Amino acid sequence: MTVVDAGIDMSTALGRVAIPSPVLTASGCSAFGQELEPFVDLSAIGAVVTKSVQLRPRSGRPTPRMAETPSGMLNSIGLQGPGIDGLLADDLPWLAERGARAFVSIAGTRVEDFAELAERLRGAPGVLGLEVNISCPNVESRGEVFACDPAAASDVIAAVRAAADPAHPVYAKLSPDVTDIVGVARAVTDAGADGLSMINTLLGLVIDPDTMRPVLGGVTGGLSGPAIRPVALRCVWQVHQALPEVPILGMGGIRSGLDALQFVLAGASAVSVGTAVFNDPSAVARVHDELAGALAQRGFAGIGEAVGHAHRAAA
Amino acid sequence: MITTPAPRAARPPVQRTAPVLRRRLVGAYVELTIDAPEIAERTEPGQFVAFAVGGPTSAHLLRRSIAISTAGEGAVTVVVSAAGPGSTWLTERQVGDALDVVGPLGRGFPIPPPVTPALLVGGGYGSAALVGLAARLREQGTHVVAVAGAATESRLCSVPDLTRLADVVAVTTDDGTAGRRGLVTAAVEEFLSDAGVVYACGPMGMLRAVSDAATARDVPCYVAVEESMACGIGVCMTCVLPVVGEDGRTRFSRSCTEGPVFGGDRVRFADVGTLPWDVVGADAMGVTRP
Repeated sequence: MTVVDAGIDMSTALGRVAIPSPVLTASGCSAFGQELEPFVDLSAIGAVVTKSVQLRPRSGRPTPRMAETPSGMLNSIGLQGPGIDGLLADDLPWLAERGARAFVSIAGTRVEDFAELAERLRGAPGVLGLEVNISCPNVESRGEVFACDPAAASDVIAAVRAAADPAHPVYAKLSPDVTDIVGVARAVTDAGADGLSMINTLLGLVIDPDTMRPVLGGVTGGLSGPAIRPVALRCVWQVHQALPEVPILGMGGIRSGLDALQFVLAGASAVSVGTAVFNDPSAVARVHDELAGALAQRGFAGIGEAVGHAHRAAA
Repeated sequence: MITTPAPRAARPPVQRTAPVLRRRLVGAYVELTIDAPEIAERTEPGQFVAFAVGGPTSAHLLRRSIAISTAGEGAVTVVVSAAGPGSTWLTERQVGDALDVVGPLGRGFPIPPPVTPALLVGGGYGSAALVGLAARLREQGTHVVAVAGAATESRLCSVPDLTRLADVVAVTTDDGTAGRRGLVTAAVEEFLSDAGVVYACGPMGMLRAVSDAATARDVPCYVAVEESMACGIGVCMTCVLPVVGEDGRTRFSRSCTEGPVFGGDRVRFADVGTLPWDVVGADAMGVTRP
């Protein structure tokens, strides 16, 4: 993987932290990075966005956890993971030893859970910043998802921003399953989010016509993959239009450099490649190279000048 | 527990574009041999490869994970059963077509000391995964008995290969169209008393029955499972099974990276598809001891 291709400046930033590539993994799609080592130079990609970590180890849901859908998939993993202790003891040191940057996704069911996780991650080796997965049920609000309520989402982000290492940018990961994503974006930005990750999966369902029952053990699941790309792009477009100064990490069905380019033109200053990694374990590096080539072909000197380009009136 | 968990493979996988060298109909299946020297030289019996299907703009994003039958002389052979659109696409590949393949993946079968007699049990196309193992065991002088079973004759697989490699071969079909009529487990019972280790690959029900029979006689049994996987490399977390670790605790273990070969006595077959309270991290899911 070449970090600088065709003379294109591919460096960008998450909040105020510089990264050498605008292409990152996506939370929940590359575990904690180890498994990609045979396929990708982990130190050359923008960052490894970890699977969401919670305070305690989690088994995740029973199987079946996955159903393939047209140009995508439905998943119901249930945030299986080692918990913050395991992450700090094993996964983060492993990434740090290799010079990989970790953008740690944190999740919880209470505002205090998120704050405690942010606190625990202060000064941890290799941590570049935090992505706050607010697409979790809020146990204190009858299970309503934080991301669907601007007030609850703001409470989480304010608590995380206050508890986190001041050097760590805090990104709020937004759900598309809302009527007004700009309203949620504005609320979390006002609460102190340094950037926005857009989008999380869409809630979906698949029923097996033979058993006549839902396929997934968890009944509903998160839809991801190229099938959701137009929805993701629309969200990035709307939020960048309303809040042009807020950095956006764009994601949702990115499979190629041209897909990534669309997100950049819509207003994303960096992108995550998620489900495409299941199809192609080297996708993150490939998308970087393809994006660099696509920017060069269009006469951009660097990614920075392409961000939000689609919003500007044609010359 | 009688078994020790299978160790990680010695070498990491690679991703390559591999042309189809040979395509052959084998009963109800299609056997594909691909030109993939770097995968072949790394392969241990029991490992698998993961194919992208449908080309670069395919609407089917998930890789299809298929057990390696044999690997050698720069080529890797797999047996594909056309079940859904992805595997059907694979069976339609012709000589010269290029396949995007990742492998070898997962953990191979632990190899016993040469003096330990081995019983290999394959169900349906699962028998293909035992051919490389049979060859390895014979190479080191192990006495090999192979049982290949299927619902009907056309669903049998790799019987000529196993016949060439094993000291004794038994064939069973549920409908009696080939070999003995009945399930593989009847033949397994017959050979178990002389076996020092059992290896099985096939449908989950068969793996459970073979594993239970072997474990009841204190014979270690290794099973290669076939869970549906999205990625094959360990990142998607969809292919988990409740498996008892060396510390005696049960975890949702990935069939791709902790498997596909598990000690049969360590797989909690009866609990597949459920979340038992004693799985590590079940408490955080709200499942507590009854």
